[in-house]
Amino acid sequence: MELLQALFVSPFMDMWNEPAFFIETFTKGLLTGVLYSLVALGFVLIFKASGVFNFAQGVMALFAALTLVGLLEFMQGKDMTANHLVGMTVVAAVVAIGMLGLKKVNKISSVQAPYALLGFCAVVGFAWILRTIGLPNYILIPFAIVGTIITMIALAYLIEIAVLRPLVNQELIILFMSTLGLAYVLEGVGDLLWGSDVKILDIGLPTDIYIAEFPFGDVYIEQLDMVAAVVAAAMVIILAIFFNKTRIGRALRAVADDHQAAMSVGIPLKTIWVIVWSVAGIVAMVAGVMWGSSSGVQFSLSLIALKALPVLILGGFTSIPGAIVGGLIIGVSEKLAEVFWYDLHGGAIENWFAYFVALAFLLFRPQGLFGEKIIERI
Amino acid sequence: MNLKKLALGALAAAVVATPMALSTPASAYEYTIPGLVYRTGPYAPNGIPFANGYADYFKLLNERDGGIGGVKLNVVECETGYNTKVGVECYENLKNEGDSGAMVFSPLSTGITYALIPKATEDEIPIFSMGYGRTSAADGTVFPWVFNFPTTYWSQATAFVKYVGAQEGGMENLKGKKIALVYHNSAYGKEPIKTLEVLAADLGFELMLLPVDHPGQEQKATWLQVRRAKPDWIFMWGWGVMNQVAIKEAASIKYPMDHFIGVWWSGSENDVLPAGDGANGYLAGTFHSPSNSLPVHDQIRDMLYANGNGAGEVDRVGEVLYNRGMLNAMFIAEGIKNAQAIHGTTELRGKHLRDGLEAMDITEARLAELGMGGFTPEVKVTCADHEGGGPVRIQQWNAADQKWEWASDWITPMSDVVRELVMADSAAYAAENNITPVDCN
Repeated sequence: MELLQALFVSPFMDMWNEPAFFIETFTKGLLTGVLYSLVALGFVLIFKASGVFNFAQGVMALFAALTLVGLLEFMQGKDMTANHLVGMTVVAAVVAIGMLGLKKVNKISSVQAPYALLGFCAVVGFAWILRTIGLPNYILIPFAIVGTIITMIALAYLIEIAVLRPLVNQELIILFMSTLGLAYVLEGVGDLLWGSDVKILDIGLPTDIYIAEFPFGDVYIEQLDMVAAVVAAAMVIILAIFFNKTRIGRALRAVADDHQAAMSVGIPLKTIWVIVWSVAGIVAMVAGVMWGSSSGVQFSLSLIALKALPVLILGGFTSIPGAIVGGLIIGVSEKLAEVFWYDLHGGAIENWFAYFVALAFLLFRPQGLFGEKIIERI
Repeated sequence: MNLKKLALGALAAAVVATPMALSTPASAYEYTIPGLVYRTGPYAPNGIPFANGYADYFKLLNERDGGIGGVKLNVVECETGYNTKVGVECYENLKNEGDSGAMVFSPLSTGITYALIPKATEDEIPIFSMGYGRTSAADGTVFPWVFNFPTTYWSQATAFVKYVGAQEGGMENLKGKKIALVYHNSAYGKEPIKTLEVLAADLGFELMLLPVDHPGQEQKATWLQVRRAKPDWIFMWGWGVMNQVAIKEAASIKYPMDHFIGVWWSGSENDVLPAGDGANGYLAGTFHSPSNSLPVHDQIRDMLYANGNGAGEVDRVGEVLYNRGMLNAMFIAEGIKNAQAIHGTTELRGKHLRDGLEAMDITEARLAELGMGGFTPEVKVTCADHEGGGPVRIQQWNAADQKWEWASDWITPMSDVVRELVMADSAAYAAENNITPVDCN
């Protein structure tokens, strides 16, 4: 009887009796869900374009955040460490190789070397000039963000050349395994480039709280979470327009349906993959920045990918709205369950409860909330 | 060659060799000191400074003193990634390494410590889990191969309660107060629960348990609970990213930071810097000073870093976790020195070092000789007591100056409470594993 009371009665009475606290828990759940969605978005983008579950998405968020902090610290003129030097050199090298990709060459040859050299020198030289001038943060931060975006695009080229291209038309499980390898390589390279210390990421995002006053009590909301929600909303709108209203978006959907058929009608598969991985890299950067702003940038950031998995199960692997709605449902349900059913379980259920919710949804919709229903004739 | 020439030759050789022998020449024999480190993975930000302090102190002994008693120390690192399974593999790979075999293991992980206790006991290699691991291993009669001095989690929990009692104007004022324990949901994080439950029953405060799952990147629900329950004090047993997120979340709900006390693994610079000014006033337990300007630090900078031989970056020498690694190494080195004296030989193995650790008697005078005057309280280990006293001190973060400062004097733990719990737990372990306790008399 006590169990039934704790399961079905007490939590709802608490919600009714403490409306301000319920609103705060619900809102924090929504805002946390937005952060989960940001990570899940990256997965969805790549899955849509290639049918591959990109295991490296969490590490890409870490890599992007590390690069952003590293570039910013370098330009701010902080004491140079070996990591800064190696990091800057490799970022420049990645951009240089990315420029080779821009020239649409299939392999690196001496003919394109001047372009690569030019890109390399441009990155190092420009960062060095900014470091020497000593500009204020509000100027340096946009440069660091742009530098990181360029790096993530260049990284997408590298991935396309070194990982994806040799595996075209291979079994999807092989592509998945290659992203597993990519995750470990990126994590190792990130460690080598920027070191393992906790890095403080301060790009001017608000860290204070907003207090909403109601007659029945105050509700605390972190301003950083509100910014994350706005940014996520903007990204979803931009991505929706990009995929539904542009030629590249339509090409992308064709590639997602069938690689070989898309190639036969002249859709450049390599270019599409590079675009998608670049966009996923930029989404990863935003997710890395939002998470890294609250905990510092450190290697545990790569584990945020685990938070996106139940969102994907719930929302479907191919749907951008699914990633958003799934994130919100997971965020709210895990917060409510953790807080209002605390007396029943004693805490620490967040990690598995999200999967429980996702699996419960799968019972009714195996393809996820917004996933495509696949019917194959035998 | 006749006998006279042979005798003269032998005499000459003896004359030449004697001063060399007296000045303890470098021996070919080396002590293998395993370093179970985590320089990669989610806990690397804490593992790296500890590993650097540990390695640097042994390097300093090699550079400055030619080792210990003329025997060089060879630190062999093995990366565990704070993973118990990998830690056990490291143990198996290193236990027979070098002339001496592994002299001692300091796993820097409660999980690995638990896993190694039966193995190391069988292999006769001491485990030195300084301020972590299995608290009841303080009972040397049941755990003769395990040492956890200078203090333990249970002693720390009682010291925290004593500190809170003092702040509240007396232990009797704890009645009716609410204390929340935010803890890493692992063997490590759960260590203080039993002690705190006993104290809650004795002193009449309410204990609220708030577990946080690994790695602790997302804790909003935990801090919503805090906001709802409004505990008077919060204790935290965290590690890695859990610490940074918890401190930031506490700051964001405007929880008073001078009522928030972290375990000594939640009290490094890494933990507070990401929260910026919000972390100002945050408290943490410790068993050594946060100083970075002791004579030993100067020696490390001058003899290692000036020559490019330091393990890390020179400006991080003296950080909290660096100091802790250095202290860990100092205790091992003193144990080796004791063992050399006890056994009258420099060719020691782990089983000999066990005796040296059990004979540990560090006085303030000895600390001053080592360039560590005032760094840590005096420690005396006995056959029955492997904890060695256990005083704890509270340090407080000054965000403006970005440094830790003392917030209390040394607090003597409630040894009656702790010892009773230790004896009960170790007796249960002995019964479970058919161990006959050592007779210390």
